[in-house]
Amino acid sequence: MSVRIAVTVNSKSYHETVDDRYTLADFLRERLRLTGTHLGCEHGVCGACTVIVDGASVRSCLMLAAQADGASVETVESLAAGGDLNPVQRAFKENHALQCGFCTSGFLMSVTAALREGPVRSADEAREVLSGNICRCTGYRGMVQAVLDVSS
Amino acid sequence: MMIGAGITRREDDRLLTGHGRYLDDLDIPDALAAAFLRSPHAHARINGMDLSAARSAPGVVAVYSGADLMEIQKPLAPKVLHPDLVDFPRLPMPPSEVHYVGEPVAIVIAENRYLAEDALELIDVDYEILPAIASTAAALAPDAPMAHSGATSNVAVRLVQRSGNAEKALDEAPHRLSEEFFVMRGGGHSMEPRAVAARFEPSLGQVTIWDTTQSPHYARQQLSVIYGMAEDDIRVVAPPDVGGGFGPKAQFYGEEVVVPWVAMKLGRTVKWVEDRQENFVSAMMERSQTHRIEVGFDSSGKLLALRDFVEHDQGAYCAGLQVPSITTATVPGPYRVPDIQIELVACYTNMVPTSSVRGAGRPQAVFAMERMMDRIAEYLDLDPAEVRARNLIQADEFPYRVGIMFRDGSPLTYDSGNFPALLSGALERIDYSAAREFQAQARASGRYVGIGLAVYVEGCGLGPYEGAKIRLTNRGKLLVTLAAAAQGQGYETVYAQIAADATGVDMEHISVVTGDTSRIPFGQGTFASRITATCGPAVHDAGLRMRERLLDTASRILGSDAVTLSGDRVSMDGDPEKSVSLSDIARIANIGKHGITLPEGIKPGIETMSYFAPSRAAYASGAHAALVEVDPLTGGVQVLKYVIGHDCGNVINPLLVDGQVLGGFAHGIGNALYEDTAYDAQGQPQTASYLDYPLVSAVEVPPVSLFHLHTPSPLNPLGVKGAGEGGTIPAPAAIAGAIEDALRPLRARITHAPTTPARVFAAIPRES
Repeated sequence: MSVRIAVTVNSKSYHETVDDRYTLADFLRERLRLTGTHLGCEHGVCGACTVIVDGASVRSCLMLAAQADGASVETVESLAAGGDLNPVQRAFKENHALQCGFCTSGFLMSVTAALREGPVRSADEAREVLSGNICRCTGYRGMVQAVLDVSS
Repeated sequence: MMIGAGITRREDDRLLTGHGRYLDDLDIPDALAAAFLRSPHAHARINGMDLSAARSAPGVVAVYSGADLMEIQKPLAPKVLHPDLVDFPRLPMPPSEVHYVGEPVAIVIAENRYLAEDALELIDVDYEILPAIASTAAALAPDAPMAHSGATSNVAVRLVQRSGNAEKALDEAPHRLSEEFFVMRGGGHSMEPRAVAARFEPSLGQVTIWDTTQSPHYARQQLSVIYGMAEDDIRVVAPPDVGGGFGPKAQFYGEEVVVPWVAMKLGRTVKWVEDRQENFVSAMMERSQTHRIEVGFDSSGKLLALRDFVEHDQGAYCAGLQVPSITTATVPGPYRVPDIQIELVACYTNMVPTSSVRGAGRPQAVFAMERMMDRIAEYLDLDPAEVRARNLIQADEFPYRVGIMFRDGSPLTYDSGNFPALLSGALERIDYSAAREFQAQARASGRYVGIGLAVYVEGCGLGPYEGAKIRLTNRGKLLVTLAAAAQGQGYETVYAQIAADATGVDMEHISVVTGDTSRIPFGQGTFASRITATCGPAVHDAGLRMRERLLDTASRILGSDAVTLSGDRVSMDGDPEKSVSLSDIARIANIGKHGITLPEGIKPGIETMSYFAPSRAAYASGAHAALVEVDPLTGGVQVLKYVIGHDCGNVINPLLVDGQVLGGFAHGIGNALYEDTAYDAQGQPQTASYLDYPLVSAVEVPPVSLFHLHTPSPLNPLGVKGAGEGGTIPAPAAIAGAIEDALRPLRARITHAPTTPARVFAAIPRES
């Protein structure tokens, strides 16, 4: 069954017809060609597909595009406004918080959503913030430091 | 000097902004989606398959069973062979018998993946279920059923490594101890699963294949043999961004044969992206081994003899004997052992085939050996650090011949290292005597705190060779081309650093491309922590030659031998006004003027190429120390402190080396405490999602104190070794040692990795 949706993605509005079973992740990646959002597990654990929907971080593999009707979605492509890396992205780079980079978009969106709720004050808190996503490359130390750097 | 500089990476900006170029992100117009039907049985005969409903399903372009593609049903060859190996052909998509759950049996090509998966459900397969083998113990049991119909044994190969006479030395040793250890299965779990896309160009007779492989040239060679096509007509491209490798992507799979073939058959572009569910049941795994190890030693704790019997789970097919060969060569580790005997029996089972996963046979060997070092200390009531120190090969004993052979075919010889300094550095940083005091106090108050140590060696930088090409482009830049493909290691940064030092040209004028068989003819691939030690020297040598070519050409143009290169300009000494840029050099020597003779002395075509073939593997080494607290009621383990000492020789980029070691360590913590691929007795996977197979998150990986030694390797001009796996290898041993040490008052025996809470709990004798 097809569904008509109106959705704002990275401040641009879209009116699209989608299959009712089409995931938000596939909608972003295939329909809008915003391929920065990645699919690592498609069962909501790894967090690579994390985007921000109406202010909350969300697994876009577990949400249907149809459910995003009327919502405002932010993806990794929105972070470097004006082309320059934002402070979170810069801190990731400086702390070597990414290697293969496949999971990175999800981490950036989780951290972005968390930092909007307030600063992260300790390494333990930073680890909690990061614990909803999985990275197989880095061992997380650079990411913990990046979150602390941005918060201070 | 750029070598040694901890600079940030060039790759990062695109990856941080969502502009990475992973396979499924690439614009590959009009690509159809492929989906594979996979066997739900661990061992079954295919008596028939009805594809008619699937073929007429909406959006379906084609459906093929294995029997429909007999022209490509040729064995996927094992990598490392042995004359005694009993090999069963691993076919791309077997037409008549399947040997593990997840083996592909049919492919659907449809307009999109949703429709392709719909059609999979309409395929009706008539399976005759056969008895399955789901462990090496089951494989070796008397009257065991056969993992492959028609086989007479489940044994793939038996091998023995010998130095001296271990049996005699054990008989004569004042003391001997033995134990049985088990290391469970685990996977690579790159966050990006595997993927393959292919497009045939009829006008050229060439097929372009995008493949998340770690080894594009290896894949091309295999495809060339199977398809009967010239290698020049097969272009394998590993995309610039691949989301992690860790070993499984270095292997060659049936899907890599089927997808391009179907694309050629249909004359359509086809893309297959593995989902995580498929990855759990079809990407190769590793680790499962049983070790029955025995050591003989004197009253001072000095090792006299070592005998180990290793059962290795080869899985349903032999993808090669690389992993068990590495295991047998790694058991003696950093210790002097006069008499050694290591026996291997590799078995077929009805589970996903095994091959290398970060660590590649070494974590198991280190686990067995290091646990025995702890047991010797316990038996003699000596300090485990002291027992290790008494047995370590000393810094002045290199090159050290162990007496057995390595997986690369050469006598196992350690090139360099300083094992005592690694151990003492680790002890110092964990504040060993204070930690022992803390342990005693904790025990007095009813808490269970323990210290674990693990020292290891890692054969890395394996042959046969790796190559690099440097070209002065027509725009006056240097382009470094590697055969090696990257999966996050930062090649675009690291090899520009090496090329900058060798050529003298500023890094900003140097770019690096990787992993495309059409750009460089020969290569091997990224595996076995080998690229820095093989590709590094190749880039360095090609860079030195490039420098010579640039200076020679410039001095002809400028008419002086006294020239210096700086930035991207070559100037005449003493006359900065007189200079030529790399663009000028390219214009004269590379672009030329159509039909006009070159100026005298100018050699055309400024390109240099170098292949480096190491004489044998280099040996990285390290020492880990762990302080843990165990809750005997829950089996929970908390890592209080962790120290890593690491020696990978000279370092190109310390920031990236730290990243490799710490990332490897996180994998090691997974292997030590969490990751366990379980199958039931019928070979059904029980852990096929991240709900059942826990990967570590930021809260499970403890902070680490990391230090480095830099003992250069004499085997290559850069003095470098590999860094990709050292963080992983000793972690399960160090953690298990710490847990057993913590629970010593309860007499718990830790013999399994991972040491999950359930296993810790079960290891505590009931009466306590």
